[in-house]
Amino acid sequence: MTLTGQDAEPGQLVEMSWDPITRIIGNLGIYTKIDFANRRVAECHSTSSIFRGYSVFMKGKDPRDAGFITSRICGICGDNHTTCSIYAQNMAYGIKTPPLAENIINLGEAAEYLFDHTIFQDNLVFADYCEAMVKDTNPSVLARAENTEAPHAGVHGYKTIADIMRAFNPFEGEIYREALKISRTTREMFCLMEGRHVHPSTLYPGGVGTMPSPTVFTDYQSRLIDILDFVKKAVALNDDVFDFFYEALPGYEEVGRRRVLLGCWGAFQNPDVVDYKYEHMTDWGRAMGVTPGIVVDGKLLTTDLVEINLGMRILLGSSYYEDWTAEEPFVTHDPLGNPVDIRHPWNQTTLPAPGKRDFDDRYSWVMSPRWFDKASGEHLALDTGGGPFARLYTTALAGLVDTPYVKSTGHSVQINLPRSRELPEQTLEWNIPQWSNAIERNRARVYFVAYAAAMAVKFLEDSMAAVRAGDTKVFTDFDVPDEAIGCGFHEAVRGVLSHHMVIRDGKIANYHPYPPTPWNASPRDSYGTPGPYEDAVQDMPIFEENGPDNFRGVDIMRAVRSFDPCLPCGVHMYLGNGRSIEKLHSPMFGADRG
Amino acid sequence: MTVAPAPDRPATSERGFEEMHILWISEGMSCDGDTVSITASSQPSIEDVVTGMIPGLPKVHLHNKVLSPTLGGEEFLAPFRAAARGELEPFILVIEGSIPNENINGDGYWSSFGNDPETGEPLTLNWWIDRLAPKAWAVVAVGTCATYGGIHAMAGNPTGCMGLADYLGWDFRSAGALPIVNIPGCPVQPENFMETLTWVLHHAAGSAPPPPLDAQLRPQWIFGRTVHEGCDRAGYYEQGDFSKDYNSPKCQVKIGCWGPVVNCNVPKRGWMNGVGGCPNVGGICIGCTMPGFPDKFMPFMDMPPGSSLSSMIVKPYGSFVRRMRGITNRTANSEPKWRHNNEALTTGYDPRYRPGLEPGAPADMESKEINA
Repeated sequence: MTLTGQDAEPGQLVEMSWDPITRIIGNLGIYTKIDFANRRVAECHSTSSIFRGYSVFMKGKDPRDAGFITSRICGICGDNHTTCSIYAQNMAYGIKTPPLAENIINLGEAAEYLFDHTIFQDNLVFADYCEAMVKDTNPSVLARAENTEAPHAGVHGYKTIADIMRAFNPFEGEIYREALKISRTTREMFCLMEGRHVHPSTLYPGGVGTMPSPTVFTDYQSRLIDILDFVKKAVALNDDVFDFFYEALPGYEEVGRRRVLLGCWGAFQNPDVVDYKYEHMTDWGRAMGVTPGIVVDGKLLTTDLVEINLGMRILLGSSYYEDWTAEEPFVTHDPLGNPVDIRHPWNQTTLPAPGKRDFDDRYSWVMSPRWFDKASGEHLALDTGGGPFARLYTTALAGLVDTPYVKSTGHSVQINLPRSRELPEQTLEWNIPQWSNAIERNRARVYFVAYAAAMAVKFLEDSMAAVRAGDTKVFTDFDVPDEAIGCGFHEAVRGVLSHHMVIRDGKIANYHPYPPTPWNASPRDSYGTPGPYEDAVQDMPIFEENGPDNFRGVDIMRAVRSFDPCLPCGVHMYLGNGRSIEKLHSPMFGADRG
Repeated sequence: MTVAPAPDRPATSERGFEEMHILWISEGMSCDGDTVSITASSQPSIEDVVTGMIPGLPKVHLHNKVLSPTLGGEEFLAPFRAAARGELEPFILVIEGSIPNENINGDGYWSSFGNDPETGEPLTLNWWIDRLAPKAWAVVAVGTCATYGGIHAMAGNPTGCMGLADYLGWDFRSAGALPIVNIPGCPVQPENFMETLTWVLHHAAGSAPPPPLDAQLRPQWIFGRTVHEGCDRAGYYEQGDFSKDYNSPKCQVKIGCWGPVVNCNVPKRGWMNGVGGCPNVGGICIGCTMPGFPDKFMPFMDMPPGSSLSSMIVKPYGSFVRRMRGITNRTANSEPKWRHNNEALTTGYDPRYRPGLEPGAPADMESKEINA
């Protein structure tokens, strides 16, 4: 490609901002300084400007209301919150749930992944890769795409890469429109299990209210069969488009790239193992259908949910909150006797103090979640890879998942999809890629769609077997104790999700959800460690052919959207942008990429 | 006709508009769940409305953050800025999320939508509403947060947020002489919204009267009946046969369902394409369409206080029960009094609250009415 922007003086930075960012859920602004001469992003800050105060107004409420309330945190994955809340409540109330209830929740959550990843990828992300966009930002790339045959044309039916890009065009393109339809079928699957999308009606602590009639599973199964061809084609065409970008734009692996620092909190409880006792959490965590874990530089640090739990730290920067370290802790030790830090969510007190956006003083409501690594003494700024990337990564390395449909090999994940109307039975393999970057986060998303579909086949088999054998129990009654604590770990669609609850006098004394976005979108913490978005975008090369006058920022938006930003999840986040500019250094990186 | 954005005279056909912009702001206290929800509708679908598949509608230009093909920032904000300057009309303003009280936070702000180009400071949602609502041909509030305040306006909330009508006034009239059109639901039932929007657009085209609204500004044909009246489990109620826990397929009134006093069509219509719902599929009705949501329905999983009486005497005293339910329905149809745009926060906000210590009670929490 040709370099534009050569007119800009070397070292001169141009301020570019996008506020609000479109095609995401919630309110996010991205503020950058771009060095057009060297074709790179010199600086990036992310902001979010909404504060609603869940952890404040939940205090004093009935603990059983928590699942209903926290669903309303997020309008696209609210059910992940309800599920996580129910996991935390089951622990607090000491409930062993009926296995069928767990399978029904697993089927609902699988449908949520199918729906949400599809609508996000095909209707929101692909607008950045569609013909109309590429024509405007990289005409030479589109020209090349017109002449590049799609390697998997035999599977998905699109002859060239440009044909795929045309099918991505918003509202008009074939894939765009088909994906909206699939997003409806998968939401129907969801509603069969959890009642309503996106705030479920049939999930309760103790189980579900869903009627486990044979019909409800038949209706789910027929819809699952309906979408399998779409899923298989989606994997093939995603691979074609993303491989093409690497090929057409050498160096594109640097877009959105950061160190491999991933967290995954696990998904799909194993009904045979989970008893929700904290004392057994290590075991039932490792039995989950997606393995929890932390990966640093390609190495699996842990798969132990107890260790993951105890390492959580919520750090403050220069923010609109007052610190809570002077408050009395709620939980000094976990049920195993391990000490719990004052910066752990169980002990957090949210004390908001709104003020003007002042970049020299208080400019953010930063509550940066970090994971304290005892071995290195570092507070790790983990990201979720947008969800699927970390899920596949930890599951692949851990070698624990072994079902007829999804299997971890220790270095990859194998996914078996049954025969569908047009295409034969298929085994897909997701291999650990070389980079943690925008393209690999996006690619992992479609592989996880296949993963969720394959797991749904298993949950369906198990559920139907139970129902046909006469087991229809879906709910266990319980009492709310006067004093209790609980924690839930789950994977929201876009990554790690935890809920921590403290009950006193039978009421909520403290409740802190930590969804993926505070992890991904947090700016520099009190130790000076930047958050993942900023880290991934800062120093990133620019490939767009437009200069400063008609610059659209598509590479930056691709990097940011690859994390699947979902800002309502930034419950505690109220990031300001740090407009104060650090001294400009102008490395030559990116200049040779034209 | 092809031109719409003339500053003075909107393009009109003989009877109505041939083009209509939809300026959709979800920057209230929201989760964007209503935007997500409406994409589930295929009766009609949003893409069919946008691409002109529905006969008789004006050409629709949708400006919604989640669905926008733009990359964001100024290219997305352009039509909103033009409308605020009076240079883009006609438009329907759709507000999603509750309206924060920006009078109680000093120099701070609770929610913003773009920045002031002069100062770089955030522009609040309220700033936009103040400028856009009077110019809008119609104003639509989508979801329970925007209509009445909803979950974020719960007792103890820090933002003092409220519904759009609490902010603009219940007697507000748009430039097209319409009251605010409220379509509640948490989130909004997808087809309820798309159907109402389509009616409003037909009205814009001059081919339909305005949609009929009730006293809470809801579409009458959608919210005119209760959950209970549309629920296929109501027969068990009549027989005095109730679920004791969530394993049972019977009437859930004794385990938390508020269906008898809640205005909503979901058990009848299903959640989408006739699939799913609430008590009809085992999910208690928590009153999420109602002005009194959530406070008047909490704790959700307990039996509504009056239902033991009404469920005991259901058979001999049907008309008495109907009258008692009417009283509760009126209470559920009114908002708590702390949802206002005054200078002081009266939600009972207390971030240091701990059970056992004196809780910060909302200033005017009404005692829960009975007779569900």
